Amino acid sequence: MKEILYTIESNVALTDSVYKMVMSGDTSEIGGAGQFVNIKLDGQYLRRPISICDYDENTLTIIYKVVGGGTEQMSEMKAGEKLNILVGLGNGYDLSLSGDAPLLVGGGVGVPPLYKLCKLLKAQGKKVTVILGFNTASEIFCEKEFSEIADKVIVTTVDGSYGIKGFVTNALSSVSYTYVYTCGPFPMLKALAAATEVSGQYSLEERMGCGFGACMGCSCKTMLGNKRVCKDGPVFVKEEIIW
Amino acid sequence: MVNTKVSLCGIEIDNPLIPASGTFGYGKEFNEIYDINCLGSFSFKGTTLEARFGNPTPRIAECTAGMINAVGLQNPGVKAVVEHELPELKKFFHKPVMANICGFSIEEYTEVSRILDKEEQVGWLEINVSCPNVHGGGMSFGVTSEGAASVVKSVKAVTTKPVIIKLSPNVTDIVSIAKACEAEGADAISMINTMLGMSIDLRTKKPVIANKMGGFSGPAIKPVALRMVYQVYENVNIPIVGMGGLSSAEDVIEMMLAGATAVEIGSANLVDPYICRDIVDKLPEVMEKYKINNLKDIIGGAH
Repeated sequence: MKEILYTIESNVALTDSVYKMVMSGDTSEIGGAGQFVNIKLDGQYLRRPISICDYDENTLTIIYKVVGGGTEQMSEMKAGEKLNILVGLGNGYDLSLSGDAPLLVGGGVGVPPLYKLCKLLKAQGKKVTVILGFNTASEIFCEKEFSEIADKVIVTTVDGSYGIKGFVTNALSSVSYTYVYTCGPFPMLKALAAATEVSGQYSLEERMGCGFGACMGCSCKTMLGNKRVCKDGPVFVKEEIIW
Repeated sequence: MVNTKVSLCGIEIDNPLIPASGTFGYGKEFNEIYDINCLGSFSFKGTTLEARFGNPTPRIAECTAGMINAVGLQNPGVKAVVEHELPELKKFFHKPVMANICGFSIEEYTEVSRILDKEEQVGWLEINVSCPNVHGGGMSFGVTSEGAASVVKSVKAVTTKPVIIKLSPNVTDIVSIAKACEAEGADAISMINTMLGMSIDLRTKKPVIANKMGGFSGPAIKPVALRMVYQVYENVNIPIVGMGGLSSAEDVIEMMLAGATAVEIGSANLVDPYICRDIVDKLPEVMEKYKINNLKDIIGGAH
């Protein structure tokens, strides 16, 4: 973990409530796809934990949804402004278990952390299929970005206004895969876990205090005992999660 | 050269900075980012006889200038602390540590104290009779003079280490509780634990925290903590470890002027993990600014 001051390079709306922020600064502490950052905001007491969408040597990209005062404040920030961010948080996805044809499944704001993962898996020559689930057509983001790197991208919408009608699990029958990587709301993860025999890594979400394992605010029970979502997770192997 | 040393119950510490229980785990997470030997000490995670998961989540809510938590004393249990956490701690922390002890009965407080009394690195036993997040224990002992005093009496009987009783602000008269603890032999008082609070989500129209209520902490409660430490200082002769919303070197000095011999820093660690180290670094400069040569000289200076 490291505290880094980042400079905002761009901050643009992707949908009515989802924004993409690109920042420059030291990313050496970031250890892989699926980690998150914790952002300090003026006037807000606790930091805001946000998943990492992408990074390279000097650039950090996050995609976040405005859900309250803190994220609203972030959405109003402009290029050139600075953010104090704790980076290198969480365990991230383990790529070594992917097999030859991993399946990536994202729901809503669970989509962003799969982007860097997709890039890394493609760099290893894997055949990557991506399923992106949204409520409705107007909430879709990142379809184009994934299409440029993944072998196949399927979009589902609950109301059927775009792509396959229904949930991400409705798209499962049309793909073959060796392993699952996923992030999204818990009900989606649960449905997915039940719909496939294949193992995988599931990224959980919980309200956090510190984000680095000190306060026990985000604990969960697992088959392997009590775990902290922020420090021992957020990524857990399917078989250790208590559904 | 200013002197930041203070003596807490006969143990001299390099400075009065002690990260508060529940915000510092057993030290590991912070030692990964700075050498925690710069601290005066730290108070480890509240430990009970058996392992506890604590309360359901969400356990954390944010509020103006502070936060609410209802973790509910999650800890691995005293056996795991003795067998795993303390041997691990000894490798990277070379000072006496404060053992924070919780229980649901007098017997539990006493048994955990008896076990931790045997641990060489434990300098003080900080007895938490003020956790607002558990039912049928914790705070219920801390809200009456009789309850708190009876815990002190039982714990004192099984330990030779200094016993610090951690008091709740959620009472009508903290002074009388502090005096009752002193009368039963408490070696020091630490105060204040969190204040019972609530936050409601306008979208769900229900409390944010699964346990509904939780312990309110952070800068917002500092004036209450200062006032209570000031009041207790005037009525007891044992040292006070002051805490409640402290987050700067200036805050540390203010709390010591109110009557604290040492201070604990809690929530601020969660927001700024380097804060205790930074306060230790900053303290000499702020002491010079306010013409303080010897930190122990200012204890209770506001009276």
